[in-house]
Amino acid sequence: MSLTITKTPKCYVGGKFIRSESGRIYPIHRSNGEFFANIPLCTRKDLRNAVEAAAKAGSGWAARSPYNRAQILYRLAEMIEARRSEMQDALKLHGASTKDASTEVQATLDRIVHFAGWADKFEQILGSVNPVASSHFNFTITEPVGIVGILAPEDSPLLALMTLVLPAITAGNSVIAMVSKGAPYPAILLGEMLATSDLPGGVVNLLTGDRADTLPTFASHEHLRALSAVADAAEAKVLQEGAAESVKKVVLHDPDTDWFSDSHDSPYGIRSLTEAKTVWHPIGN
Amino acid sequence: MTLPALQQLLQDVGGVDAVGVEERVAKYATRSIKKESKVFGLKLAASMVDLTTLEGQDTPGKVASLCQKALHPHHLGETPRVAAVCVYPSMVRHAKPLVEGSGIKVASVATAFPSGQAPLATRLAEVRAAVQDGADEIDMVINRGAFLSGELNLVADEIAQVVEACGESTLKVILEVSELGTYDHIRAASFLAMRTIRPGDFIKTSTGKTSGNATLANNQVMLDAIRDHYLATGIEIGMKPAGGIKTAKQALHFLVAVKETLGDAWLTNSRYRFGASSLLNDLLRQLETQRTGSYQAPWSFTENAGSY
Repeated sequence: MSLTITKTPKCYVGGKFIRSESGRIYPIHRSNGEFFANIPLCTRKDLRNAVEAAAKAGSGWAARSPYNRAQILYRLAEMIEARRSEMQDALKLHGASTKDASTEVQATLDRIVHFAGWADKFEQILGSVNPVASSHFNFTITEPVGIVGILAPEDSPLLALMTLVLPAITAGNSVIAMVSKGAPYPAILLGEMLATSDLPGGVVNLLTGDRADTLPTFASHEHLRALSAVADAAEAKVLQEGAAESVKKVVLHDPDTDWFSDSHDSPYGIRSLTEAKTVWHPIGN
Repeated sequence: MTLPALQQLLQDVGGVDAVGVEERVAKYATRSIKKESKVFGLKLAASMVDLTTLEGQDTPGKVASLCQKALHPHHLGETPRVAAVCVYPSMVRHAKPLVEGSGIKVASVATAFPSGQAPLATRLAEVRAAVQDGADEIDMVINRGAFLSGELNLVADEIAQVVEACGESTLKVILEVSELGTYDHIRAASFLAMRTIRPGDFIKTSTGKTSGNATLANNQVMLDAIRDHYLATGIEIGMKPAGGIKTAKQALHFLVAVKETLGDAWLTNSRYRFGASSLLNDLLRQLETQRTGSYQAPWSFTENAGSY
């Protein structure tokens, strides 16, 4: 008889695998009702710590060349590809059929590679040279906003999460994402893949738990500069009120969004998580 | 047979149970301090800060901005002023007029800080010059070389001469714990200093210029020494951990140590100080978080000269 080694799922924050500072957990079960594991129930303090980690990593990530960001995103796809069956099992654990799990992993991989391609190209589309009626060379470029808070939906726990994360990190932001509460295990695995993807620790931070615990803090934390959230009307109100107080962008996504749609491959999703910088450069007369 | 001086001193003051100390300080970090007690602790810690800049690149302008930060820590809230600004001797005369009358003291490191490796006459002249320029407090370094080679009388004599050179100014004796090696040595050096300085003077952990800084454990060893010295003689000595204390959370842990070792009498800036610079902004940040109910971004607080 061999000893069963059970795994303790942990959140990926600041390049480390952590438990919640509160020590709280909640159990998740296989679709047949059998106990699977305890998942950290993260608190607003975990969010605060994640913001500190993201802040530390942010400037370095923003300073990477777009080409290097592309390479690293592609590397992430490589890491998921190598553990594709494990990721599919994680999705199946939460009730996805074999076919659906396979489709979701494939769609996620495609999207990551797609954004890897955008990394050194979106600037050509979002930036511009502006006609002005004076002797200036006037142009607009994008800059990352800083730290982006992400609230992922319950469904499509891998694809939806990455669909929200990718535009943010492609632009050079760092993110803190609250993942699906009911189906957190794919995000736990994703953390392990992120850790081996050359993405600097702290650029993507994944928290598990009850979003009601952290939602007001996502809204009010001054250091978060944008939110990209799948939220119902009541949650959206909390987010927008807090964001108004702390002056941050809010991008809301409909809970009924079709995450498989090609519309998510658009670079215009990146624009809402950047700041435009316009430069007036004098040019003779 | 006569024992070497250091062993003799250790036999006299007793050694340190290293495992016990480390276990005890580990518990301090588990105290739950919330709401009003947290605000009290944060404000107290802010009032204990010796806002410090000790860099080769210090200029009168940089010291002036440090003094402004000391006078006006934040534009909102009711943040107490810091205890002192801590600068190099050459900057004392620039700092003094800016904080005069505000209750903020000017502290100056002296005695060939941070190494202490200069002739005694030079070190004493430095102290006198700083005092003459208006330093209310002098932070001296002990002669670690002499201490480690067992010349304890020399160390004590030098401290005594600095005491004399200080005149009215308060003295803080930096043991530079990271260079002393063991907790036993820290305890012995604490007693050596405390037996020489005056009531109300301080002992201080570090210069902040070496790899090792103030930790809860070496802070505890020194607090225990202060308590034992007080119980034996009735003389109250102050304590100043310095270097490496950057977050409000750490500062609260240090205050827990003070409260649980020396009691409320030491929870005042005439008995306990933090040698720090970035700590102040983190304290302000946490105070604003408590006041507004939302976490603050670091850019909401003015920068001050960055040192330890």
